[in-house]
Amino acid sequence: MKVLAEPRMLWLFGGVLVLLVLASGIGWALDRTARGEKARAVIENLNARIRAWWVMCAVFAVATATGGVGSILLFGLMSFVAFREFVTMTPTRRGDHRALFWAFFFFIPLQYWLVAVDWYGLFSILIPIYAFLFLPTRTAWSGETEKFLERTAKIQWGLMVSVYCVSHAPALLMLQIPGFEGQNALLLFYLVLVVQSSDVLQYVFGKIMGRRRIAPDVSPNKTWEGFLGGILSATLLGAALWWATPFSPLQAAGMSLVITLLGFSGGLVMSAIKRDRGIKDFGTLIEGHGGILDRIDSICFAAPVFFHLTRFFFT
Amino acid sequence: MSLADLAGGILIATTRLLCGPQARWVGCEPSTRQRIYFANHCSHLDAVVLWSCLPPPVRRRTRPVAALDYWGGGGLKGFLAREVFRSILVDRSGADPRAVVDHLAQAMGPADSIILFPEGTRGTGEVLAPFKSGLYYLSRKRPDVELVPVFMQNLNRILPKGEVLPVPLFSSVSFGSPLRAEESESKADFLGRAREALLGLVEP
Repeated sequence: MKVLAEPRMLWLFGGVLVLLVLASGIGWALDRTARGEKARAVIENLNARIRAWWVMCAVFAVATATGGVGSILLFGLMSFVAFREFVTMTPTRRGDHRALFWAFFFFIPLQYWLVAVDWYGLFSILIPIYAFLFLPTRTAWSGETEKFLERTAKIQWGLMVSVYCVSHAPALLMLQIPGFEGQNALLLFYLVLVVQSSDVLQYVFGKIMGRRRIAPDVSPNKTWEGFLGGILSATLLGAALWWATPFSPLQAAGMSLVITLLGFSGGLVMSAIKRDRGIKDFGTLIEGHGGILDRIDSICFAAPVFFHLTRFFFT
Repeated sequence: MSLADLAGGILIATTRLLCGPQARWVGCEPSTRQRIYFANHCSHLDAVVLWSCLPPPVRRRTRPVAALDYWGGGGLKGFLAREVFRSILVDRSGADPRAVVDHLAQAMGPADSIILFPEGTRGTGEVLAPFKSGLYYLSRKRPDVELVPVFMQNLNRILPKGEVLPVPLFSSVSFGSPLRAEESESKADFLGRAREALLGLVEP
């Protein structure tokens, strides 16, 4: 698809640009009025986040505009970095070294190559079957048995969440949807836009009116008010953008509800892992947000289900 | 730009890409004043990662100490040691450790800093081996130079001893508060204190 010749894509780009300008304006105004140390810290973090959003949107726009290859490359790189972050904070041992090498330099590139060449059959089983069987074999071969099951499970889980799940986002490009041929880049944009808006809206509602915490032991920042406000408003946004998808408005609302709920689950689960490891963020790559994995935790959970629902009902 | 500068630039870029080292200046700020950086040693990457974390003006004046038997030959290794890192090569087989210290104290000259691994050899990264006494004698010999503890984390997982292929995790390099051997301090006390300073930089 000639992405920039597609008017609906331009509308989406334009909409995001307006939102960014609006957010920067609000951030600037808040910066001028905020008093007190605690408020200042919140506003400074907010503005760092907004600046990072500009960069992320620009990168995503360039990747989308270059067509399929750019998107696949971008998500492949994100998976690579996310898996780096995941393994860095997971205690592996010397005996895992070779297995990890295979994971980084064989399974990650291969998974995204399968997306690029449209090989759905192998794409859908490479990591759940072949990596799942090969990696523990390689680890056992090294002879180190201490905490073997735990180490194997951690590596496999990291690969599933940061590579297998994430790769379902660019895999949307390979779906054959009758009447929607050549327009799948819109679907990828839609997924990312709805899920990330839901994250932002949950944050905004939580900061403005958050009172009752959902899971104080897991994530002190998640509140019922933020959850309900964010999910509902992002679902409305997703329904309002139905024209960019093969869905009817009602179907778009249903899809959006599902992916925003899954996005929330992703954030919750990843928070539990971070809490267990005693860290606040997975990394420091994105100013104000943390690591890549902190930013895409919602996509990890939403992408595979969105992919399969679309594939099941619309192809 | 010389060939050595170019090779150094490529090496640093590759190291950054591969190890994503995050420099944490916890106990001091980067400075061109004369220093002895002493660090834990558990990977071939240690010296180059530490080196890559120093700002360029500091890096140009900082020379890693390396083993003569390993780095002293010709070829690529010799080129890297001599021209790129400007290593100070020491003979670790020598019977007299004092001779090594004299050589180092003299080779540093009036302005150069050095990178030293007081454990003497690479470990597995799980325990910090007891320090060799050279650090103590060097500090007594050059009381004008400050000793900066540097703890490097995760490099033993990126390229462990005995492996050739790296796994690209993220690493961190923490610079602690400078210390010196006191007049009245015994060798054992000082080496213990230096070791504690290094362990104090371990991140959870």
